[in-house]
Amino acid sequence: MEKRGTSSSTVLNFIAGWAAVILLIFPIIWMFLTSFKTEIDALSPEASLIFQPTLDNYRTVLARSNYLTFALNSVYTSVAATLLALLVGFPAAYSMAFLPTAKTRQTLLWILSTKMMPPVGVLVPIYILYRDMGLIDSHLGLILLFMFANLPIVVWMLYSFFRDIPRDILEAARIDGAGLWEEFRYVLIPLSGPALASTALLSIILCWNEAFWSINLTTTKAATLAAFIATYSAPQGLFWAKLSAAAVLAIAPVLVMGWIGQRHLVRGLTFGAVK
Amino acid sequence: MNSTSSAVQHGIAQMESSTRAESIGPKTYLVAPSVAVLLVWITVPTVMTFWFSFQHYNLVNTAGREFIGFANYLYFFSSSSLTIAALNSIYVVLGVIAITVCLGIGLVLLLDRDFTGARIARVLAISPFFVMPTVAALIWKNLLLDPVNGLLATVLGLVGLPAVDWFGTFPMFSIIVIIAWQWIGFSTLILLTALQSLDHELKEAAAMDGAGAFATFRFIVLPHLARPIGIIVMIETIFLLSVFAEIFVTTSGGPGLASTNLSFLIYVQALLRFDVGLASTGGVISIILANVVAYFLAKTVSRSLEI
Repeated sequence: MEKRGTSSSTVLNFIAGWAAVILLIFPIIWMFLTSFKTEIDALSPEASLIFQPTLDNYRTVLARSNYLTFALNSVYTSVAATLLALLVGFPAAYSMAFLPTAKTRQTLLWILSTKMMPPVGVLVPIYILYRDMGLIDSHLGLILLFMFANLPIVVWMLYSFFRDIPRDILEAARIDGAGLWEEFRYVLIPLSGPALASTALLSIILCWNEAFWSINLTTTKAATLAAFIATYSAPQGLFWAKLSAAAVLAIAPVLVMGWIGQRHLVRGLTFGAVK
Repeated sequence: MNSTSSAVQHGIAQMESSTRAESIGPKTYLVAPSVAVLLVWITVPTVMTFWFSFQHYNLVNTAGREFIGFANYLYFFSSSSLTIAALNSIYVVLGVIAITVCLGIGLVLLLDRDFTGARIARVLAISPFFVMPTVAALIWKNLLLDPVNGLLATVLGLVGLPAVDWFGTFPMFSIIVIIAWQWIGFSTLILLTALQSLDHELKEAAAMDGAGAFATFRFIVLPHLARPIGIIVMIETIFLLSVFAEIFVTTSGGPGLASTNLSFLIYVQALLRFDVGLASTGGVISIILANVVAYFLAKTVSRSLEI
């Protein structure tokens, strides 16, 4: 069916499609190239495409001992917040998908509505509470905020996946005398591997890229990569090549995860409205 | 499967499930942790924001803390900064949505066709969405848009056009371009997923009936994309009302207030001027604004809920 077009239109499709995509991701390509240039080449238009590649920027960035700290902070906060959100959200999604009650619809919509609260609307109280509780610039503080922000998405995404699992399977386990824990452990969790994986993936990506709270509530100890990159905005000195290297390292893990999981992320990003 | 029979099945499933729920008891304790966590997260800070917004309260000088009624609101509404910031917030939302939806549709129409490497191209096209905001903003600000050494200035120079100080001259426009670039990845992802569920035979049939490319797009593709577009508009609105990092690392809200949105205005009041009262007033206004939008989103999404 698809091979209906003449070969000339296929060539045209090829050129148009790839030209559009390359133009769209050009900033990323350009950043990638710049990260292998010397600082002088990075600033000179003559060295746009032809230059002597160097790994010096990556060495310098990684040698700044605190770079690793920021990277670990990103890993730590996004993974911990995601696990917490899954732990709290999984039972809720199970209950609402398989044992819906009259209130389930309302509850789901209410959970969705919490996602609408603008972070800046609660910046002041969170800042004051965190200051009084010693949570400013702490991992725990960020993990909690990331968890709050992602819990609605986690619940909705798992719920949307669970709705696709035939209820009879869980039913059968229950008739065979499986308790709730056995039902989770031996039936639902093995069945929902892809669901859990893509939900965790989306949550980690959103935490990793979160910038509002990490910029405003961290300084050195718990700062994530998103906050660290923001320090390159200081006008003194133009270190474009090093900025590019740091940026490539910061976005690479999430970019790869996004490429792998893109198809499944749609569900979570649209609260199950597009599958 | 037509909708009536599936609705009937739903009804039966619902009846079954309600009797079943009775037999094994309600499982509210499974939902309770999520609801409790979110309830605390929503209620406590929101109540505090409202409470602070009626006070004269500065973190640097806490001596003069007192209840002042609506004075903060009166100050806010009489100063031009609120109007400027609210308008800038709206410009971001409208500008980015217009760009991402229009370019997204164009891109998706190109990518939905069959060509060598189409699958790889589709995956690559969503990349901008996964780039963290601080990286996106700094790459655009320096490598691409810098008036002296930026790539665009070099290219414009080759054609004989003068370099432009993008962030000094057109701060809002530049910020909108950066944010739109990131969100094109999002709209492409959603539209592509939606378009691939469109029956290709429908398009074939239309073509056989003599429908041109435009008619096919207008009467078959566009109606199919209407709902995904609605969802893109709603979700982007929620996130775009809270844009912060892109402004923080590029213009810092300037020149003057030219690129200050509500988020940035509140940030300045709270964490740079330590004025808790005024910042909270801004917070209340942004919460109300977001809730108006949220109402419409909930209505749209709830229609797709099959409970």
